[in-house]
Amino acid sequence: MSEVAFDGVTKRFGDVTAVDQLTLSIRDGEFMVLLGPSGCGKTTALRMVAGLETVTEGTLRIGDRVVNDVEAKDRDVAMVFQSYALYPHVTVAKNIESPLVARRFDTGDGSPRKLTSAERAERVTEAAAALGLTDLLGRKPAALSGGQRQRVALARAMVARPAAFLMDEPLSNLDAKLRAQTRIELVELHERLATTFVYVTHDQVEAMTMADRIAVLSDGRLQQVGPPQAVYDRPHNLFVARFIGSPPMNTVPGTVVRSEGATSVRLGGQSIEVEGLAAEPLADGTEVIIGVRPEDLVVDAAGQVEAEVRAVEWLGHERLVVCDLAGHQITIRQAAGDDPVATGDVLPLTADPAKVHLFDPDTTERLN
Amino acid sequence: MTRRAREALLGYALLVPSAIVFAWFFFYPLYRLFVMGLHQQNRTGTAERWVGWSHFGDVLGGEQFREGVRITGTYVLYTVPLGLVLGVLLAVAANRRLKGIKVFQMIFSSTIASSVAVASVIFVVLLNPQIGYFASVKMFSLSDPDTALRGVALSSVWQNLGLTFVIVLAGLQAVPDEVDEAATLDGYGPVRRFFRVTLPLISPTLMFLAVVLVIFALQAFAQADILTQGGPLGSTETLVWKIFNSQQPVDQGTGAVMAIGLFGITLVVSLAQFLILDRRVHYGN
Ligand SMILES: Nc1ncnc2c1ncn2[C@@H]1O[C@H](COP(=O)(O)OP(=O)(O)OP(=O)(O)O)[C@@H](O)[C@H]1O
Ligand SMILES: [Mg+2]
Repeated sequence: MSEVAFDGVTKRFGDVTAVDQLTLSIRDGEFMVLLGPSGCGKTTALRMVAGLETVTEGTLRIGDRVVNDVEAKDRDVAMVFQSYALYPHVTVAKNIESPLVARRFDTGDGSPRKLTSAERAERVTEAAAALGLTDLLGRKPAALSGGQRQRVALARAMVARPAAFLMDEPLSNLDAKLRAQTRIELVELHERLATTFVYVTHDQVEAMTMADRIAVLSDGRLQQVGPPQAVYDRPHNLFVARFIGSPPMNTVPGTVVRSEGATSVRLGGQSIEVEGLAAEPLADGTEVIIGVRPEDLVVDAAGQVEAEVRAVEWLGHERLVVCDLAGHQITIRQAAGDDPVATGDVLPLTADPAKVHLFDPDTTERLN
Repeated sequence: MTRRAREALLGYALLVPSAIVFAWFFFYPLYRLFVMGLHQQNRTGTAERWVGWSHFGDVLGGEQFREGVRITGTYVLYTVPLGLVLGVLLAVAANRRLKGIKVFQMIFSSTIASSVAVASVIFVVLLNPQIGYFASVKMFSLSDPDTALRGVALSSVWQNLGLTFVIVLAGLQAVPDEVDEAATLDGYGPVRRFFRVTLPLISPTLMFLAVVLVIFALQAFAQADILTQGGPLGSTETLVWKIFNSQQPVDQGTGAVMAIGLFGITLVVSLAQFLILDRRVHYGN
């Protein structure tokens, strides 16, 4: 069990900056998800923790030890690779046993020592049982399904009881159904082991469902850290707002209107109320980007803005209504049982003033 | 004619050219070899008489052939393990992401571009008892019957090294980085990683190379002919050297039988190759 802390960590490959001044503290026992689009530096950040990449600048700590110069094999972390990286030439049992063979372990009597083969066998049995692999111990990896290989990789990671688990998109090679099931199993595993998990993914569903906290990365830079709901509810900038949520948040340009405490933004000829705007030092006429999530737009006869329906997508339990709002395309999410709408209808819309997000069009930072 | 029959006919028709080439250049010469082995010519080659299958037994069980097999077998032992070990060492050394590593890879593989004759001439310059740079190195002395074969073997090892290097390097590059990294995180240092992970994963490649190198060694001739002319005291007379030097009409029958004997040995090695390569583990995902 250990805390993992990045302090101003930068990683450069030649002139590519893969990770840029990352400062992030992952708490002991936390399930932290590093989330971001392809190429944002998630894997590089994880590999620096593992010791598979050197740190160009900054300091990296695991527990109370600065590990910049500690070799990978001495870091006491385990990694689950996207490809699982099982040893193809030995059995499942030998694969799981592998981290126990070379290392010394403190078995409680003070001085670390090598495990006996009986002790190793016991731990392998235990890890295999925990992941339902008992009947597969004699097989080679080639004779396993994708889901089974993934569990062997997990068993191999947990058998040495490392201070931290590092996982790089471990579910991306599984089919959708197995992925959903494995998500739940991973959360249970995390609770059982009570160890720090650092989990890399570009899949926001994985991030939202499993994380204690999410760290959103883009272009090697940290955009926002927080619990999934907080990141979803109050994105710090336009990138996070658009990256998290499916379909993504609607974003349209507008202008601040301040008159006698009236708190609204105007887009086209229409205006939307925004909570908290009165307190913000925004001058009348300031250009902003208005963001509203598809499910926060409600059809209401007293609606402040009007949008024309372009298309309706049925998804069974819900429908997505694609509309034109003052020349911008927006999406509304509705329950399947809501009043029917048809292409060409003009819908009056409102939004809860507490759920309207404003962003600076230049810095893309959140304004309210 | 049904469509099936037409397709079959076309298939056989397309095989005819290669069948002709094969018959002409392989089956007919092999048949001639047997015919030669069953006859004995006189000194001038003007007459021959039937000696029959017992000739095969006499030659294959005889001193000459057994000596040739012993020398060739020793030659296999000298060249194959050393060639493999050196090839693996070089390939491991050159299999890394470094600036300019391509230059080293090119140098290490360059002997591919040299022929046996070129390699042998180079080793004449190096090992020749009179003019060689390393004439004083007793271990590989070409003038001593006990060590001459080693000198010849050395030139083969050098000449095959480029090929071995390239094939092992390709094998190493097919080993996924992540598997090696997993072993690093499991606590293994570079040496143990090599023996626990890399070596098993490239073992099919090494098996293939071993078979190829054995067959090369069984066919060794030019290096012995150029470096030592089979000497001293016949100590470097490989099987092919003996066969090649059975050109007098009176010897031709014996040469033919020895050639068939070598063919049999090579066939057995090749069959072993097929069995091993067929049975080898497929590490696919
Ligand atoms: N060994 C390397 N040499 C050069 N550039 C690299 C290397 N590894 C990564 N990069 C670059 O660093 C950036 C971040 O790569 P990284 O693999 O960390 O992205 P990622 O977020 O994991 O993406 P993905 O979701 O596609 O796996 C990319 O621009 C990538 O091209
Ligand atoms: Mg990645």
